Amino acid sequence: MLEVDAEQELGAFRLDIHMRAPSRGVTALFGRSGSGKTSLVNMLAGLSRPARGRIVIDDTVLFDSSAGTSVPPERRRLGYVFQEDRLFPHLSVRSNLLYGRRRAPARDRTTTVAEVVELLGIGHLLERRPARLSGGEKQRVAIGRALLAHPRLLLMDEPLASLDAARKEEILPFIERLRDRLRLPIVYVTHDLGEIIRLADTVVLMSEGRVAALGTVDEILGRADLRSLTGRHEAGALLRASVESHDERFGLTHLAFDGGRLQTSQLDLPIGTNVRVNVRARDVSIALNAPADISILNILPARIIEIFAGDGAHTDLKLALGNAGHAAIWARLTARSVHDLQLEVGRNVFALIKAVAIDRQSLGGLQPDG
Amino acid sequence: MLQPTDLELEAIRLSLRVAFWSVACSLPVAIAVAWLLARTRFPGKILLDGLVHLPLVVPPVVVGFLLLVLFGRRGPIGGWLYDTFGITIIFTWKGAALAAAVMAFPLMVRAIRLSLEAVDRRLEAAARTLGARRFDVFMTITLPLMTPGILAGVVLAFARSLGEFGATITFVSNIPGETRTIPVAIYTLTQTPDGDVGALRLSIIAVILALIALVASELLARRVNARITG
Repeated sequence: MLEVDAEQELGAFRLDIHMRAPSRGVTALFGRSGSGKTSLVNMLAGLSRPARGRIVIDDTVLFDSSAGTSVPPERRRLGYVFQEDRLFPHLSVRSNLLYGRRRAPARDRTTTVAEVVELLGIGHLLERRPARLSGGEKQRVAIGRALLAHPRLLLMDEPLASLDAARKEEILPFIERLRDRLRLPIVYVTHDLGEIIRLADTVVLMSEGRVAALGTVDEILGRADLRSLTGRHEAGALLRASVESHDERFGLTHLAFDGGRLQTSQLDLPIGTNVRVNVRARDVSIALNAPADISILNILPARIIEIFAGDGAHTDLKLALGNAGHAAIWARLTARSVHDLQLEVGRNVFALIKAVAIDRQSLGGLQPDG
Repeated sequence: MLQPTDLELEAIRLSLRVAFWSVACSLPVAIAVAWLLARTRFPGKILLDGLVHLPLVVPPVVVGFLLLVLFGRRGPIGGWLYDTFGITIIFTWKGAALAAAVMAFPLMVRAIRLSLEAVDRRLEAAARTLGARRFDVFMTITLPLMTPGILAGVVLAFARSLGEFGATITFVSNIPGETRTIPVAIYTLTQTPDGDVGALRLSIIAVILALIALVASELLARRVNARITG
């Protein structure tokens, strides 16, 4: 359990954080720049000190202003991957990697250097200086350096923010591997919804120095009232599904979920893989009758369970899929369509989703079958 | 003709010894003072800053005279050193090294302080999250990253110590083989009839020594920079 109660004044900016989050899996701190995410992570790491409050990780008190406790950063045993790589320029990649390991207690050295080097694919870089690395390579070495300090928890402050899209794609799989293979709890700061969908288990939504909402990734992303903070454009819902089969002829993948089947662009994943799929509200249309002679492959019977009028011309509809009604997605329509089709809560409709709207970017939480 | 005379060799050896000990003894102090000035806040900091820079602006003869007062046989520090350890500073080469160290100190502190201020403190924060204590961080991250500035400070102070004259002659006088460094020897020669040639020869030697120091530091700095930037 990660327990934070902390107040801090930074000039005119006031940080007032109260949260309880599980210390396992990936906990994402999500919010716009300036919402206080990095300040919170610095307080966790011990690089800055709250004016008042208490920080506890798994029953270890790291900070308690009333007891006068403040564990210095070097004794907190929290790995920190910064937004910039912060590699030591005068040391080789190998010495950078070993810097934390040499200072870690022997009993905590659970992973080996070879393991981490292999996990991050940095074996060919060991003798180089940081100045001779690309941006993506630097960030991988920085992750390895933090891992080899054998922390009890890893803090990652927008580790991909300084990289372009291609480099991000190069690093995301490594972070997924950390999560799945090392079982290391991660606190991951981001303002990118795509990274949340792919990585997060728990989401802490931050706004103006406070925790606006905290919950599982499905809960937070599915809540229409948080759209102004989570972002309207990418808004949607997460479906838990598993890879059922691949259609090699047409390059499609069939995903099965509780309430139906979804056809998507071909995904390079083994059959049986559990995934979560972000179905964006703007990719979903509504028909009153099952349409024939239409290009859209996914035509799913659904029932309207909530109508959320956004600002202006948009209206978001929450749809329960299938008979069981456990799975839900959102559809974003114009207010005009809602009016013309006389859509209301309780009405049975068909949800139409283009197969090409769902690709690798929409997936997260990949777990092998079992 | 080009062969240095015994007297010249003596002056060179003495100057090098004085400059070496001047730099070696003041370097740790200069690093500590640079750290205080760059990284800490305390009442009276501006006073310390002023005190360190004083030898740059005060006439060297004044510095020499103050040293004479403080470190003379009956001075508050000199007397104590003599009574407790039997050490005499005044009129010895140790006194020459002390005078040179005081005069070169502001240059050394300045160069080191600049390099300390240029060290990226985010790297130090990163080192602490990796388990290094403050002193460990200083020794393994801060100090190595300061190396170019420390080298520059050392060379500057060394060259300044080689050339120290005013405070030296006031404090430790002009004793052949003990306190007659190159500049003092040159001065003596200019006061002697037919000393011009000897003064010129020593002047050329002084220029060559200074040049060697500057070139060596430049080469070293390049190597260090290449190491740091990969």
